[in-house]
Amino acid sequence: MIESDVAERVLTTAMGTGGEFAEIYAEDKHSTSVGFDDGRVEQVTSGRDRGAGIRVISGDTTGFAHTADITEAGLLRAAEVAAAAAQRGGPGTAVTSLTATVARTRTIERNPDEVAKRHKVDLLVAADEAARASGRQVVQVSAGYGDSHKQVMVANTDGLWSTDTQTRVLFRINVVADGDTGMQTGYESFGRTAGFEAFESVDVADLARRAAARAITKLGARPAPSGSMPVVIRQGTGGVLFHEACGHGLEADHIAKGASVYRGKVGELVASPLVTLVDDGTMGDEWGTLSIDDEGHPTQRNVLIEDGVLTDYMYDYLRARNEQRRPSGNGRRQSYRHLPMVRMTNTFVLDGHDDPDDIISSTEQGVYVSMLGGGSVNTASGDFVFGMTEAYLIENGSVTEPLREGNLIGNGPQVLRDIDMLGNDFAMGSPGTCGKDGQGVPVGTGQPTLRVKSLTVGGTAA
Amino acid sequence: MSVVDDETGVRELAAIAEGVVGRAVRGEQVEAFVLRGGETDVRVYQGDVEHFVSAQSEGIGVRVIVDGRTGFAYAGALTPDAIDEVLAEARDNVQYGTVDEFAGLAEPDGVAVSPQQLWSDELVALPTERKIALATELEQLTLALDSRVRIDDANYSDAWAVTAAATTTGISETSRENGCYVTVAALADDGDETQSGFGYSVGRTPGEIDLDRASGLAAERATRLLGATKPPSGRVTVVLDPMVTASFLSIIGSTLNGEAVVKGRSLFRDRLGESIAASAVTLVDDPTNPLAFAATETDGEGLAARRNVLIDHGVLSQFTHSSYSARRAGTVSTGNAVRGSFATTPGVGAMALALEPGSRDQEALIADLDGAVLIQSVTGLHSGVNPISGDFSAGASGLLIAGGALGSPVREFTIASTLQRMLLDLAEVGSDVEWLPGSAAGVSLVIHDVTVSGV
Repeated sequence: MIESDVAERVLTTAMGTGGEFAEIYAEDKHSTSVGFDDGRVEQVTSGRDRGAGIRVISGDTTGFAHTADITEAGLLRAAEVAAAAAQRGGPGTAVTSLTATVARTRTIERNPDEVAKRHKVDLLVAADEAARASGRQVVQVSAGYGDSHKQVMVANTDGLWSTDTQTRVLFRINVVADGDTGMQTGYESFGRTAGFEAFESVDVADLARRAAARAITKLGARPAPSGSMPVVIRQGTGGVLFHEACGHGLEADHIAKGASVYRGKVGELVASPLVTLVDDGTMGDEWGTLSIDDEGHPTQRNVLIEDGVLTDYMYDYLRARNEQRRPSGNGRRQSYRHLPMVRMTNTFVLDGHDDPDDIISSTEQGVYVSMLGGGSVNTASGDFVFGMTEAYLIENGSVTEPLREGNLIGNGPQVLRDIDMLGNDFAMGSPGTCGKDGQGVPVGTGQPTLRVKSLTVGGTAA
Repeated sequence: MSVVDDETGVRELAAIAEGVVGRAVRGEQVEAFVLRGGETDVRVYQGDVEHFVSAQSEGIGVRVIVDGRTGFAYAGALTPDAIDEVLAEARDNVQYGTVDEFAGLAEPDGVAVSPQQLWSDELVALPTERKIALATELEQLTLALDSRVRIDDANYSDAWAVTAAATTTGISETSRENGCYVTVAALADDGDETQSGFGYSVGRTPGEIDLDRASGLAAERATRLLGATKPPSGRVTVVLDPMVTASFLSIIGSTLNGEAVVKGRSLFRDRLGESIAASAVTLVDDPTNPLAFAATETDGEGLAARRNVLIDHGVLSQFTHSSYSARRAGTVSTGNAVRGSFATTPGVGAMALALEPGSRDQEALIADLDGAVLIQSVTGLHSGVNPISGDFSAGASGLLIAGGALGSPVREFTIASTLQRMLLDLAEVGSDVEWLPGSAAGVSLVIHDVTVSGV
């Protein structure tokens, strides 16, 4: 994309106003998406995004500019703008030599750019048929396919020169069922950091049937209860609880500004001793997996909480530099148009020892959540919410009636302490998009079946 | 902000759009949408610039329709090569679309554009130092309001965009607009406890930015939550703060979306002409109102933006439509095609929703109430609200209302009902309309019989 001698000249220009650090992040991304709705292929969309973002750090100030023009002239113009934005003192000089090379390419078998669009369309046709065949109650189906294939290059004045190829494929389906008490919806998705071969390991028709079954089941759902009660969360779906309850609060930028309930708590017991929480960007072909982060550093496995004790925070380049430590591979950005910041990758809780059936049978009254939706957190207060999109009552130790949708609310540190049973059935969950400061990045979550002894369920029933 | 050569910029983009459309062959409908825009973001922390982002971007989206099949492609560049590639890809994608007898581009409908002043030369000329100063002053002003207050970040942002749209059906429209805003995130501490509050001010010109208002909002909202506890569970009357109402109206707007209606996804799809809300509810979508954040002259298909009354004294009077959803519904476009960027085709949506205001301000509304809750902010609307089933459940924080006055703060609870019931249980609309960033105006609302889930 950009030759190393061009990158060196651009970085030299970027340092022209006395900066201490400069970086080029360049990407060239091809994407294809297919939208299927109302029984029709609405359209196939092809996209191309190419450009570079240039960052200059001077003292506590970061200057940033980006450009879609990645010729040397275009890059030099952006470098001057970024340098001016970060300017503090007089002109400076710095000579950059790119020597520390990190070159990664994940092995993919089928580059989606080379797969006929017809095959992508066929996935959705099959899913639509399977969903509609699931029951008379199914009245509407929308499904989507998306892939992206991205070349990435990062160069900085520490001499780092990193390249990577990042490929992702995604499938989603949303089913509407109609009954006497109105409409209900069911959703399923599948995403991998991989090529089109990922669809050999999953049957989209199965996902479609699951989504349809979820919508149909909820037609008979009663209003969710309100008030505090024990909540059991099924394997694989509850990782979002940890993402919100503590993941964001362990991002070093929130810590540095004192905007996290977990500031100053390293070495302290912050969760039930059952809990070991890991953020791992290297994990297989999970949705949040990356070879290098968006600052060119290799991703790694970071243990954040071990047996309930807070062991470390997550860092990007800037926050690590301020604390004279190594980045943890958590510097990420939505695109070349965005500044990197501290972000999670795949965040999950390791297995415990409980049999998942015992967790339910030992719960007298409560709620069993078999699928969670999204969530959000106020890192300063620790209050967080997350939605239940498929849930049931637990009565006398058994899962009984389905419940309508609603949010659950809790306070992060309290909920982490209130986890009193942890299963031995670990699973990763559905692909997610984590939003922070206006930027969305792909993330994974996972966890075994677990119980929180008290959470506030936000339904309408007494 | 880098100065846009205004007229030339518009003409250049229009020429690109017209050029693509001019390449349509017989039997092809072609639409080109071209955008160039830029932004400045200044973030200040503890008196220093934390980051300064200066960015410019451009791109093109091309839609091709042949015999009822649609294809689309986009690129984040406007070089001749990129444009050629986009047109070729869009044409290639046509073959995979399913034939849809209603597919087609908008046709000029004779509705006149109501001209608006959406561009400020004063903003273009605002020097960088002044932008930094606005964020710095905002941080200082907020800190000075209360000794318990710290700042997470204080920001100044501005953005401009120039667009051109052209179609083989005879639409040819250009637009340019800019605007600026400041935001501040305050933290308030009391011992181990930290609460947060958000403040903002929006303007089309820098002179409209009100730093006192932004700082006051942030400091008050953070400090008044200190010491908050969980409220008891039960069915109560709630007063929604204007910011909360704006989010609520955006969700209601999505249920009145004509595309959701024709595809059977709107819970109000069969209710046109019926009473769906309390008589106090008159909901209007009017992007020709210059006060609206999303005010615009034309919609995402290039048709004139217009005022539409969606709910009239409680009666569902109209859905929002693009030319596509209107064709399927056997009606005409309401000028509600919305386009997120050059990378997407237009969808349908409300742009500038507002409730017809009542006659009393929030204080007067509260004065009548006892055992109620003022909802200052909500979270999890994306995870706990389903606009298809109507289920509504949101995390909330606010203040108890006792004896007609605001009382102790409450947090970590949910409010729940259904969208259908909330419209019917809406008792009064306040007089305090304020335009917020997004697609709806805020105003205080009184809603009966909402379930609070706390202790």
